[in-house]
Amino acid sequence: MLYVAVALRSFRRYSTYTAATLAGIFTNSVFGVIISFTYIAVWKENPTAGGYDVTDAVTFCWLAQAMIMTVAVWGGGTTDDVADRIRTGDIVIDLYRPVSFLGWYLAGDLGRSAYHLLTRGLAPTVVGALLFDLRFPDSPATYLLFLVSVALGVVVSFGIRMLVACTAFWLLDQTGVLSLAMVCAVFFSGLAVPLVLFPGWTRDLVLALPWAALVQTPIDLWLGHSTGVEAVAGLGLQATWAAVLLLGCGLVLRVADRRLVVQGG
Amino acid sequence: MSLIEVEDLSRTFVVRRRAGRVRRTTDVVHAVRDLSFDVERGEMVGYIGPNGAGKSTTIKMLTGILVPTGGRLSVAGIDPSRQRVDLTRRIGVVFGQRTTLWWDLPLRDSFDLLRRIYRVDPQRHRRNLDEFTELLDLGALLDTPVRQLSLGQRMRGDIAAALLHDPEILYLDEPTIGLDVVSKGRLREFLRRVNEERQVTLLLTTHDLQDIEQLCRRVMVIDHGSLVYDGSLAGLHARGESTRTLVVDLVDEAAPIEVPGARVTRVEGPRQWLSFPAGASAAPIVASVASGYDVADLSIQEPDIEDVIREIYSRR
Ligand SMILES: Nc1ncnc2c1ncn2[C@@H]1O[C@H](COP(=O)(O)OP(=O)(O)OP(=O)(O)O)[C@@H](O)[C@H]1O
Ligand SMILES: [Mg+2]
Repeated sequence: MLYVAVALRSFRRYSTYTAATLAGIFTNSVFGVIISFTYIAVWKENPTAGGYDVTDAVTFCWLAQAMIMTVAVWGGGTTDDVADRIRTGDIVIDLYRPVSFLGWYLAGDLGRSAYHLLTRGLAPTVVGALLFDLRFPDSPATYLLFLVSVALGVVVSFGIRMLVACTAFWLLDQTGVLSLAMVCAVFFSGLAVPLVLFPGWTRDLVLALPWAALVQTPIDLWLGHSTGVEAVAGLGLQATWAAVLLLGCGLVLRVADRRLVVQGG
Repeated sequence: MSLIEVEDLSRTFVVRRRAGRVRRTTDVVHAVRDLSFDVERGEMVGYIGPNGAGKSTTIKMLTGILVPTGGRLSVAGIDPSRQRVDLTRRIGVVFGQRTTLWWDLPLRDSFDLLRRIYRVDPQRHRRNLDEFTELLDLGALLDTPVRQLSLGQRMRGDIAAALLHDPEILYLDEPTIGLDVVSKGRLREFLRRVNEERQVTLLLTTHDLQDIEQLCRRVMVIDHGSLVYDGSLAGLHARGESTRTLVVDLVDEAAPIEVPGARVTRVEGPRQWLSFPAGASAAPIVASVASGYDVADLSIQEPDIEDVIREIYSRR
């Protein structure tokens, strides 16, 4: 299958950057330690903040570190290539191939995320488990649900990143859009603070936004905070956002393609 | 029906420009205007013209990645911009300035992905790949990531890539740009073979007129979006009113030679240069010179096609 081949190639491509991977694991671990101590202090003051206990909080922190690259919270996936190729005009070559453009880059991004899950995801989690008391699911089914949720998170993240990358078709300078996208990703995914700490109605709001699918939703499955119907609803919301965003990307690409073909770029 | 049919093809671009702080003006650029030509299966056509003449724009329309603003075109019976995806399976394109290969992957992997993209039968792919690997001397490069290839190596890879799915037509937009003389020569040899043995129709743009001289029997010259010449290389010479030169080494110094049909343009000791129309035969002139003078040696200089082209460009 073409897309499997693409995913495998992408996996292999990212696996050649060993030094970057090691440096990244180190950074994630350092941040994990710092944030863990912060969370321990916070939960000492308020032991049930957001409905988490201190073990939940520290586990959340390490899993969030593991997710940064796995779901490419603020970039770093194949969508970065797309933005570059739009700028250089090489995108014409991609759009010209008799294969699905979105499918191609999504497959590549899934291959990349598989690699990052096994390295930048697994390694900091092991470090965290050695240094702190972390909570692990007790049923294999939970692990499975978690992995499905992470995969959906990657697709949602891909959709957002692809839309951001596509602004390069119209904007010469993307810095504004990129900063905005980054701030949204960091604050609304749960990476900065768990979304359960948001007060009142803002909590319901951020949990419904697509960014929650990147970090918060998978971790709540892992921690056992969403089970049964709630778990299904969480996955359903992720899947819905994934579908909506991919449709949006398809639409934007159609418009961009017409612009290239009809107006000549 | 010809393989490529182009009729009154035009393409304009609307360019918005700042004129002052707020005011904007729109200019219309006629990149290609009223172009008409046919290309038959198996032809090898050179497409030349100065910078900005409209060569790349024409190729983009022929491949379907640009919609014409006027006229009609059909490639292999297909309207390129309407049925772009159908067409991609039947043509190959090499943009000298861009690559269809993947920077981070070894050449071999790029080829394998292309095989899957175009759903080429594995055996057929193997055969093509073996042949191209040998002819383009790619063997040692197959496991090198594309980003580590030199320009010439990458170009060879790109040309192989464009041919792997057995296209009927190969468009080459400046395939020899930036290559050294040896690489250019090898590339031309390969293209000639592909054209002869696989009956692939070739249309290539270039600024290197040697590409044309060595490859193409037919040449099209475009300038300011209009076709100013379409025909044989020899015809181009005649059209440019170019001249051939007969260099005569006499036994002794002498007054300028006088023979019908040619005139002396330069004298240097016993050597004299006689110029005559490129379309005329050299035989009678050589005969009269040989019969009227004591000749030690004779040679004929062919006109330089670059001079001819320069003249055509500057006449407009
Ligand atoms: N997308 C575009 N928007 C506006 N003008 C364009 C666009 N593409 C091409 N042009 C204009 O159309 C004209 C023809 O360009 P084209 O690229 O076809 O030239 P070319 O013959 O390939 O030149 P070169 O030898 O420099 O590659 C030029 O004046 C160019 O500025
Ligand atoms: Mg050009």
